[in-house]
Amino acid sequence: MAKNKDILLDPLSDNNPITIQILGICSALAVTVKMETSAVMCIALTVVLVLSNVAISLIRNITPGRIRMIVEMAVVATLVIVTDQFLRAYMFDVSRQLSVFVGLIITNCIVMGRMEAFGMQNPPGLAFLDGLGNGLGYSAVLLTVASLREVLGSGTWFGYHVMPSGYQPNGLALLAPGAFIIIGLLIWAQRTIIKKFEAE
Amino acid sequence: MRKDDIRVITFAAIVCVICSLLLSVTAQSLKDKQDEQVELDRKMNVLKAFGVTLVDESGARISRETVERYFTDHISEIFIAKETGDVVENPDPVVLKKEAKARTHEGRSLLPLYVWKDDGVATKYAFPTSGMGLWSIVHGYLALDRDLATVIGVTFYKHGETPGLGGEVSTEWFQNQFADKKIYENGSLIRLEVVKGGAPEGSNHQVDGISGATMTGNGLNTFINRDISYYNKYFSRIRGT
Repeated sequence: MAKNKDILLDPLSDNNPITIQILGICSALAVTVKMETSAVMCIALTVVLVLSNVAISLIRNITPGRIRMIVEMAVVATLVIVTDQFLRAYMFDVSRQLSVFVGLIITNCIVMGRMEAFGMQNPPGLAFLDGLGNGLGYSAVLLTVASLREVLGSGTWFGYHVMPSGYQPNGLALLAPGAFIIIGLLIWAQRTIIKKFEAE
Repeated sequence: MRKDDIRVITFAAIVCVICSLLLSVTAQSLKDKQDEQVELDRKMNVLKAFGVTLVDESGARISRETVERYFTDHISEIFIAKETGDVVENPDPVVLKKEAKARTHEGRSLLPLYVWKDDGVATKYAFPTSGMGLWSIVHGYLALDRDLATVIGVTFYKHGETPGLGGEVSTEWFQNQFADKKIYENGSLIRLEVVKGGAPEGSNHQVDGISGATMTGNGLNTFINRDISYYNKYFSRIRGT
């Protein structure tokens, strides 16, 4: 049971896909201007990650090794398109704002990486936990970045005003450089903290 | 070895069939809902061009019912014959259906026009305008005031231009520039233009172009003015009376 917990919780901090493995940076920079888009992106990625990891795990013993990566791509691409179709039907505006980035989950290294590194070698139950853990790890970073960017850049959080009325929004936080700086600081902060734990 | 090849191909084929089945079932079952959303978005854009505020006091988007109510209370759709500028009563549904698929007015003989009425009097007009940008067909609406000379608003809502460059046509700052510009002055049409490097100060028919999107701007200039000239056959009659 301890192992299950590790599989789920490790990616949240010690092995975070974004801040430790530096994967999935592209979407972390692109969709974090607002909480709403980031939250939807996190849900979409987590759903795709969990389902594809489980699917690959289920067929891991019958998948011929020579075409396993192509099979992985086909599974991810299918799930991403299905997710995108749902967003277009039920969350039209958000889907428009996310534009290509939902589709780009297909090439998100986190998804491919987890299937190769974990789904291919482990039973479905563990693959589920691994997918969920990594999805949450990705989400934790994305939502942190989005919180900082939306609050600093627009003075709002999920569209609600949170800063005092005299607050002058900092436009830099909304631009790509702002995202780079915030993610950089997060990576630095987290690695510092983890090192401290390791030293103890 | 040969046996293994067959296994690999069979496996790949099965995976493909399952994936495509899943995709087609999803796409098919969600199609109605998606079309509904696209239609609602289109209507919202007509309203936006007309200058209707699309958010309520709390900042939330107006509901689908409110959108529909605007359409039943104020907006009627008429069709103009492109060749003559006549209003076509009872247009042929077969022609309409066929021409609805056309992506620009070049492929149409009947042009749709939205007329906004307050207490039965026409006060605003809006029409779809679309044409080639740089990479894609840009779709939008242009609304004119009752004098048919002053722009109320413009929206560009569907395109495949580069995000951040040509894609900026769908942003508020770009579209808001068109309000109060003139398309008609002293008895003749004037070109509504997007100007590279910025419109001259105080120009009543030019707006600032988007940096890095000159080609998209040129596209807009071509198709907006082309569409204005199509509709002008009808507009000149209303102005005349």
